[in-house]
Amino acid sequence: MALVSLRDVTKTFPPSQRGGTPVTAIDRVSLDIEAGDVYGIIGYSGAGKSTLVRLINALESVSSGSILVDGVEINGLRESELRRLRLGIGMIFQQFNLFNSKTVWNNVAYPLRVARTPKHEIGPRVDELLSFVGLSDKAKNYPEQLSGGQKQRVGIARALATSPRILLADESTSALDPETTQEVLALLKRVNEEFGVTIIVITHEMDVIQTLATKVAVMDAGRVVEHGDVFDVFSRPRELSSQRFVSTVVRGVPSPSELAVLRERHHGRIVTLSFRDGNTSQGDVFLRLAQAGIEFELVYGGINDIRGQVFGHLTLALRGDPPAIDAALSDLTTTVEITDLGVTSSGSGA
Amino acid sequence: MDDLIQLLPKLGQATVETLYIVALSLLFGGLGGLLVGLGLYTTRPGNLYSSRVVYGILNVIVNVFRPIPFIIFLAAAQPLARLVVGTGIGNTAIIFTLSLAATFGISRIVEQNLLTVQPGVIEAARSVGASRSRIILTLVIPEALGPLVLGYTFVFVAIVDMSAVAGYVGGGGLGTFAIQYGYRQFNPAVTWAAVLVIILIVQAVQFLGNWLARKTLRR
Repeated sequence: MALVSLRDVTKTFPPSQRGGTPVTAIDRVSLDIEAGDVYGIIGYSGAGKSTLVRLINALESVSSGSILVDGVEINGLRESELRRLRLGIGMIFQQFNLFNSKTVWNNVAYPLRVARTPKHEIGPRVDELLSFVGLSDKAKNYPEQLSGGQKQRVGIARALATSPRILLADESTSALDPETTQEVLALLKRVNEEFGVTIIVITHEMDVIQTLATKVAVMDAGRVVEHGDVFDVFSRPRELSSQRFVSTVVRGVPSPSELAVLRERHHGRIVTLSFRDGNTSQGDVFLRLAQAGIEFELVYGGINDIRGQVFGHLTLALRGDPPAIDAALSDLTTTVEITDLGVTSSGSGA
Repeated sequence: MDDLIQLLPKLGQATVETLYIVALSLLFGGLGGLLVGLGLYTTRPGNLYSSRVVYGILNVIVNVFRPIPFIIFLAAAQPLARLVVGTGIGNTAIIFTLSLAATFGISRIVEQNLLTVQPGVIEAARSVGASRSRIILTLVIPEALGPLVLGYTFVFVAIVDMSAVAGYVGGGGLGTFAIQYGYRQFNPAVTWAAVLVIILIVQAVQFLGNWLARKTLRR
C-alpha cells in the first residue's frame, strides 16, 4: 500500500475578514505516493501546492478527508502524536529557514534533541550528516556566513537528522542559481537513492522534475488535475491546465502570435512534429523528408530528455513541390503527430 | 561649589539609591514584561497559542495602562502598592509601581522584537516535531535575543527617567537629590551634578547594551 495516501482531502481557510467567504485551498484531492517515489507537485503559485504538503506533516490540519501516512490516519491525531509523526517526516524550505542563533552543528542537532536522542549518539550522527552534505568544515559557522547552496545543504542535513522516511521539499531550489540548483538536486537524488527516502517535491522548475521526479501531479485551483509518470504527463498533458503549465516549460506547438513571427521570417509550409512516445528517431524523420526531395528548416521547438526517454515538438518550415510535401507528411503520420499550421501567404514573396 | 562638595556623600548615596530602584524595577518589570510580551506574542491570531480572546484582553490591558503618565500612575496605584507591598511610600513603593508600569511598556517591546522572528523558522521547528513551549524557549527567544537586549537597554533608560519622580512618594535617588538640594535651594550646580551622574549611568548602560547585542548578533 502507498506510503502516503490522500483521499478526498479538502482544506478550507476561514475568511480573512468577518463576513467574507472561506477560501478553499485544497479541493477534494486524492493521491497515492509510493515508498521510494520522488513525487513532483507542480502548478502555478496559488494552486495549493504548499498547503498540500503541509497537510502531510500536519503543519496544517485537513478540513475533511483522510490522510494515511504509513498506514496511520493522521486526521484527528493529538498534538503529541503529531509531533511523533513529524519526526518521521523531514522538510526543507525555499528560504531554508535555518536557526540563525545556532551554529550549523546545532541546527542539525536540533531535531535530535527534540527526539530525545541520547547525547552520545547526537555527536556522531551530526558529524555523519554534515559529512554527507559536504559541510563538515562549516560545523562551527553560523547560517549567515553560508552561501544559499550551503544553507540548503544544512537544511537537508537537519531534515534528515532523525532518519525520516519522507522528505517534503517546498520549492527547495527556487532561491538558488542554476549551478547550485544542480548541486542540491544531485544531493536530493542521493538522499532518495542511497537512503530510500521518499521525496515529495513542490516546484515550478522543469529542471527539478527532469532530474529528480519519477511521478508528477499537476495542481490547479486546489485540485490535482492530472497525475502520473513524469514522461506521460509532460509528453501528453491531457487537461487544459496541465497543457498550459507544460507549455510554459516545454516549447510545444507555436501559439498564434509566435506563428505570426515565424511566418514573417520563414516561408513555406509550417508544420509541428510532436515526438511523444520516447523512442521515435528524429534522424529517421529528417531522412525521409530529405529523400522526398523536401527542403526543410527547423524554426522552433525543442527536445526534452526525461530519464532517458525523449520527447519534444519541432516546428519545421517545408519547401518543395506541394503534392510531394502532402505525400511525405501523410507518410510521417504513422511515426509522429503532425500539426499543420498552413502555408505562408504567397503575398510575402511580392 | 562648596555646597556641592559638602553634598558629595549625599550625591553618592542618591546614586546608589537610583541604581537600587532602577535595578530592581528592571528585574521585576523585565520579568513581568517578558511574560506579558510572550503572552501577547504567542496568543496573537495565527501564532503558536493563537487565541483571539486572550490576545484581546491582554491587548486592552496593556493599551489602557501603558499611556498613563508615570507621575499620575504613581499616585493612582498607591492603594495597590499598600495592598501588595504594605506601604504606599518610600523606595519599596516606588519599586513596586515602577515595576508594574515597566511591565506594560516592556511587554510591547518584547512583543515587537519577538515578531521579528521569521515565521518560517518556527515552521521549520514545528516540522521536526518540536513542542510549542520548546519552540518558544529554545528558538523564539534566542533568535530575538539581540533586538531584545537593545530593547531592554532602551527600557533601562526609560526607568531611570521614571525613577526621578520617586521623591513625590518619599523615595530617594538622584531625582529627589536634584530637586531637594539643587532646585529648591537655588543651587543649579547641584542639579547639574545629578544630571551628570545620570548621563554617566545611561552612557555606561547603553554602551554595555550595545556591546551585548553585538555579541549576540555576532556583527
